[in-house]
Amino acid sequence: MPKTPLPFSHQSEYLSILDENGNVDKALEPELPEEFLLKLYWYMLLGRRFDERMLNLQRQGRIGTFPPLIGQEASQLGAVAALKPSDWMAPAFREALAEIWRGKSMENTILYYAGYDEGGVIEKSRNDLPLAIPVSSQTLHAVGIAMAIKYRGQPDVAMTFFGDGATSEGDFHEALNFAGVFQVPVIFVCQNNQWAISTPLAKQTRSETIAQKAASYGFPGIQVDGNDILAVYSASLKAIERARSGEGPSLIECLTYRMGLHTTADDPTKYRDNKEVKMWESRDPISRFRTYLLNKGVLSNKKSQQYEEEIKTEIQGVVERSEELMTELGAPEDMFAHQYDELPPHLLRQREEMLDQWRLDQEEEKHG
Amino acid sequence: MAKMTMVQALNLALRQEMEKDDRVILLGEDVGVDGGVFRVSDGLIDRFGAERVIDTPLAESGIVGAAIGMAVYGLRPVCEIQFSGFTYFNFHQLESHAARLRHRSQGKYHVPMVLRAPYGGGVRALEHHSESREAYYAHTPGLKMVIPSGPRNSRALMVSAIRDPDPVIFFEPKSLYRAFREEVPEEEEILPLGVPVKVREGGDMTLVAYGAMIPPSLEAAEALKSNHGIEVEVFDLLTISPLDVTLIAESVRKTGHAVVVHEAHRSFGPGAEIMARLMEEAFFYLEAPVKRVTGYDIIYPLFARENAYMPNAKRIVRAVRETLAS
Repeated sequence: MPKTPLPFSHQSEYLSILDENGNVDKALEPELPEEFLLKLYWYMLLGRRFDERMLNLQRQGRIGTFPPLIGQEASQLGAVAALKPSDWMAPAFREALAEIWRGKSMENTILYYAGYDEGGVIEKSRNDLPLAIPVSSQTLHAVGIAMAIKYRGQPDVAMTFFGDGATSEGDFHEALNFAGVFQVPVIFVCQNNQWAISTPLAKQTRSETIAQKAASYGFPGIQVDGNDILAVYSASLKAIERARSGEGPSLIECLTYRMGLHTTADDPTKYRDNKEVKMWESRDPISRFRTYLLNKGVLSNKKSQQYEEEIKTEIQGVVERSEELMTELGAPEDMFAHQYDELPPHLLRQREEMLDQWRLDQEEEKHG
Repeated sequence: MAKMTMVQALNLALRQEMEKDDRVILLGEDVGVDGGVFRVSDGLIDRFGAERVIDTPLAESGIVGAAIGMAVYGLRPVCEIQFSGFTYFNFHQLESHAARLRHRSQGKYHVPMVLRAPYGGGVRALEHHSESREAYYAHTPGLKMVIPSGPRNSRALMVSAIRDPDPVIFFEPKSLYRAFREEVPEEEEILPLGVPVKVREGGDMTLVAYGAMIPPSLEAAEALKSNHGIEVEVFDLLTISPLDVTLIAESVRKTGHAVVVHEAHRSFGPGAEIMARLMEEAFFYLEAPVKRVTGYDIIYPLFARENAYMPNAKRIVRAVRETLAS
């Protein structure tokens, strides 16, 4: 009956390849084609500018509440960029850029936040779930998809996103446990942006890292600089390859920061110090990647400026097209669409009733 | 008396109960430093400290499960779940434990907790932020389900909910949080749970509503009087469960007609129960079928279409006139 140390072995790593000044660790630098690097840069810039435009639209009352992603471009793009189109993705609600990379049209993103259910459509080209607002709930769906992938013997993987707050929910722990027990091809990507609305990470968990939580479930966890797209991409690629070759799940904790608001209904000045925000501004994911590409000779200032122009034009077109779509959409009876495979009789009657009532409402409003 | 919004009135109720009784503690996501996302608990952490106004990790089941333990130990926890759409995470704790502990322990324990959550539509909100699913909780034996309709009654009902020896689900109509102000007395005022109030007298029609449907119901009653000379008697349920229709049945015996209004889905909704009770208690006085003006039995649409979904005063006027004409 000895008292001996348990044979618990787990070592988490922290990975950083590109520092905040754009210096790269040559030994860790992934070899990526120039076009791919430029594509990443273009999308990061697009994510930032689109987010700014969305905030603008919200402040003008042209869309409703939405969760800005500013500051988290590298941590979401780096992860999805390592997926194949046939892989699956289950986002939380701050992954607009990851969704756009996967093929979601920005028009649909705008429509969704402007209150049109049509914006939730999943384009045929992508195997993604709709964004999930109930925190952590989607992590289990990714596990189920991975279980089905394994059952069918397919070479695909499932990736799911969630925040630091989500790691407090039961669903998250159930998802990790299932993934570990069944050894399925799923990659858990935590966007640790330090804040769950007003709750800082230190009040969310006593664990020193989120990465280490994977150890309890018997699979590897890694912490990466989430504002370093090269680190996020490299860690994701490794986890994806591991999953694809049947070695099971991984957890990637991306250390990043919610530079903006939880949603546009939030006021962070109530609970956090602006000094902290300023500190994270100096760790911006886009500027360091730009420096890296400039130093590497892949990007020029001229080209960067040209990207800005292209993106500005593209976003302008998107906003115009989505607002045009809004004038075509909005028929109230469409709220009865996609309820069941077949609308049961009482709902057919309710649809008629709703239309009658709606028409009468309109008429009465017209005639005072 | 000060003129208050519902948010301020609820804050007053919480503050005063916490001052009077050190067993009362608050817990939830963002209830402390942030004062709640709607600011209902604003300033309370400064007044009572972080041990009594607890910012919890992001875990609804954790909040409610822990509150059950606190209540069993003798505290009076008031939980906030940020939106009623997130109470499904903790549904199991309510149904399996909060509602049953008194019975399962054969009276040794009881669970004097309150679960507060904003509910309902009409505020251009995101998905899962507009539903009215009070029926889930009203359908669960062992729980009480309360929904106020204005600043003054929200304060008076909250005091009763906190003092109630059993678990109370307290849904706050978020569209009314800051919609209007009312005089709310500083001195204690309570409204008993389980008793509807008559908010307008009338002899032609009995109209039953609650929560955010009270303002359009009163607007409809006013329009029916001035445009059609129809006198509508309006009841505000305040407590959905346990439901007491004594006063409403009495009114129906006078008017012979009833219309029920709620933004919740129609099928198996609170209106169905009210109609059934009226059948039991006033069937022979009814001169026409009771009508329901409700949300439709579909997933609550995103906000571009929510006006077509939500019951409004016009729909209520038409329902009342059709009922009287039939």
